[in-house]
Amino acid sequence: MSQIETKTADEETKVIIFRLLDEEYGVEVQQVKSIEKLEHITRVPRTPSFVKGVINLRGVVTPIIDLRSRFSLEEAEPTDATRVIIVAVDELEVGLIVDSANDVVDIPLQAIAPPPAVVGGVEAAYLRGVAKLEKRLLILLNLDKVLSTDEIKQLDAIEG
Amino acid sequence: MDMNQYLDMFIEESREHLQAINSNLLTLEDDPHDISVVNEIFRSAHTLKGMAATMGFEDLASLTHETENVLDLIRNQKLTITSEIMDVIFKSVDAMEEMVQSIMEGGNGVLDVSQLVEVLRTIVSGDFEQAVQESAAASAVALSNETSEEIVHSEGTQESVTRNYELDDYAITIMRQSKESGHNIYWIHISLREDCVLKAARAYMVFDQLETLGEVIKTTPGVEDIENERFDRSFEVIYITARPAEEITNKISNISEVSEVLIETIQLPDMNKEVAASAPVAQKQKDETKGNTPAQNQTATKKVNGNKTIRVDIERLDILMNLFSELVIDRGRLEQLAKEIDKTELHETVEHMSRISGDLQNIILTMRMVPVEQVFNRFPRMVRDLAKELNKKVNLEIIGAETELDRTVIDEIGDPLVHLLRNSIDHGLESPAQRTQMGKPEEGVVQLKAYHSGNHVFIEVQDDGFGIDKNKVLNKALQRGIVTPTMAETLTDRQIYELLFASGFSTADQVSDISGRGVGLDVVKTKIESLGGSVSVDSSPNAGSIFRIQLPLTLSIISAMLVQIEAEKYAVPLSSIIETAVVKKSDIMMAHRQQVIDFRGKIVPLVSLKEIFSIPVNGITKEDEVAVVIVRKGDKMAGLIVDSFIGQQEIVLKTLGKYLVNVFAISGATILGDGQVALILDCNALIK
Repeated sequence: MSQIETKTADEETKVIIFRLLDEEYGVEVQQVKSIEKLEHITRVPRTPSFVKGVINLRGVVTPIIDLRSRFSLEEAEPTDATRVIIVAVDELEVGLIVDSANDVVDIPLQAIAPPPAVVGGVEAAYLRGVAKLEKRLLILLNLDKVLSTDEIKQLDAIEG
Repeated sequence: MDMNQYLDMFIEESREHLQAINSNLLTLEDDPHDISVVNEIFRSAHTLKGMAATMGFEDLASLTHETENVLDLIRNQKLTITSEIMDVIFKSVDAMEEMVQSIMEGGNGVLDVSQLVEVLRTIVSGDFEQAVQESAAASAVALSNETSEEIVHSEGTQESVTRNYELDDYAITIMRQSKESGHNIYWIHISLREDCVLKAARAYMVFDQLETLGEVIKTTPGVEDIENERFDRSFEVIYITARPAEEITNKISNISEVSEVLIETIQLPDMNKEVAASAPVAQKQKDETKGNTPAQNQTATKKVNGNKTIRVDIERLDILMNLFSELVIDRGRLEQLAKEIDKTELHETVEHMSRISGDLQNIILTMRMVPVEQVFNRFPRMVRDLAKELNKKVNLEIIGAETELDRTVIDEIGDPLVHLLRNSIDHGLESPAQRTQMGKPEEGVVQLKAYHSGNHVFIEVQDDGFGIDKNKVLNKALQRGIVTPTMAETLTDRQIYELLFASGFSTADQVSDISGRGVGLDVVKTKIESLGGSVSVDSSPNAGSIFRIQLPLTLSIISAMLVQIEAEKYAVPLSSIIETAVVKKSDIMMAHRQQVIDFRGKIVPLVSLKEIFSIPVNGITKEDEVAVVIVRKGDKMAGLIVDSFIGQQEIVLKTLGKYLVNVFAISGATILGDGQVALILDCNALIK
């Protein structure tokens, strides 16, 4: 967090806003490769339940995780508004299922505060911070943590 | 001059030269009297020095320079090779490799080489003062030779008879005819600037210019050598043209990086006289070439083997492969559509296209094949160092280095092989003393062998050491809890050897620096299996053991059988399928609470993919028959129960990405004709 605080007042970051349940979340635009509609997902057996499977993203087999389920929120049937946000962190490329994705905003870095212990039922470890924008409260995700494969490996160890 | 554009070229060539130096050094170590090898090494080192200096890598250049000095003494037989000297040279080469590696990774290639330089200098000066004097005298002679040669050049303008053109009868006839038809015949000597980087390219430009104005009938060195940059800084041509000498000189001088052009008219006074006059000179010159540059002779013999090839960036091949993969997916889609639409013309067109794309596929796949030599050629050096470290005598035999494998496999196979070789030398071979005691030759033999068989490539690492101690393995496995005592009793020899690959296993009593790095052979197994291959081991006491790796020829496109289970489709690699069958439910028997069938007299366990993959069930259970795919792993078999067979298809292998690693029984995915993803089954994981 110290990095963010030392930034000058007028610096901004562009984030893509999406919805999960009643909260608004943001991921930095540099980490987002594209936003897709939800199409046929091929289930991959014996993976954690939040891994919904893989899709054919223009010739690349891309894993899809359900963000609600990842954060242990109540799962929902997909609707017309459901989107898949394809994010890239390091060499990982993963699609995140979200309720809807509809906005891009600039957030002054100053407005980002460290996350409280639990926001909207999501553990602080998965969060980078929260940003207050006029009346809106945005929860910024820490994608490194969200996409950490540790849990998948752990599961592997138990089953294996 | 901006050097960046040459950096790739520099790196690639440096690595080739270093590889050449390394392998030649090993040859030299075996036969220290073979001076032609020293020359070969010297030549590589010299080129490397030149390139490094041009590119501004001072440390690399200075180290190569000092090494070159030592090599120079050796090749002039002023210095006898000792194992200490060999070690120093090997170390220097290591340092060079390190620097080139650093440059390759975007570094500046800076490395403190002062110590090595110092040692090399003492070799040159300290112990061999006399040698130095001699070499100084020799170089002085060489120098004066050079100057006298230059004199000859300038004199040559006046009297060309002293020069030997080494022309054959055919060339002389042409020259005579040209002369008669009023053409001029010139001898042209072209020198390039010392800092010229793309010598071959410049030479090409020279030839290009020359050919617009006349005809080149002979070059020294030969055209092929010039094209491959196998010349120092200058080359000569015999040239027929109707134009005056000045015009030619001007044309060539205008090409950049050409430093000097000497041109003179060749006189053809009288055929017999000319031949007679040039003959003794030719003899003399030949002697000279022999004395000075046997290395060139060697290149000439090497050249014969070289096929006509071009270098293509690997990335481009990968792109080509990816594009082709897309095409294969579309081909699948088209075939499906043609079936649905069912029109003869469409069928014919699609069929034709399929055939062509099949041929194309073969070509592209073979294009990506590279000889395993690429991986193998770094092993002799490694084995040498390892043997020294362990005080063992090892003779590494490499067989079938020309065997070709897909590039993606080649890239991955290095580490597992290093592991197996280390294992063989460290654990497999006995110490020389032990060997003598057992009546074996002191020197142990490790054989690295690659060969094709069917759709697979096999790589074997075999040693003639102890063999694997069955009881030791078994005890260790019991200790580590890998097997239970009851299990242990029923294990066959082979199954016991296979325990070596179980995770958390290491047979060495002492953890050595060589292969006991906390990782065992299980790493090898995992790696090979991730490549779609398998590894096995066999051994006989006191005769040695053999590790056999089986690899698929290619990893990119495979034939597979598509099967359907409920709503899901899976691909089963054809390479692991023995047969498909439809079995009556009444024929399914139970053994040890396991469903089995009698398949051609063998009891084959059935595996329900529906259960293993917890596939959501929504249909009604099928009639009284089940569809079974009989798959094998080694000599074990299993029957996979599926709902129906969709058919055989060429599929493009894709990974599941870095996020989903080690998914049970799934080796990858493929994209079907309808754009959906189907998972590829890893039958090895399903057979227990």
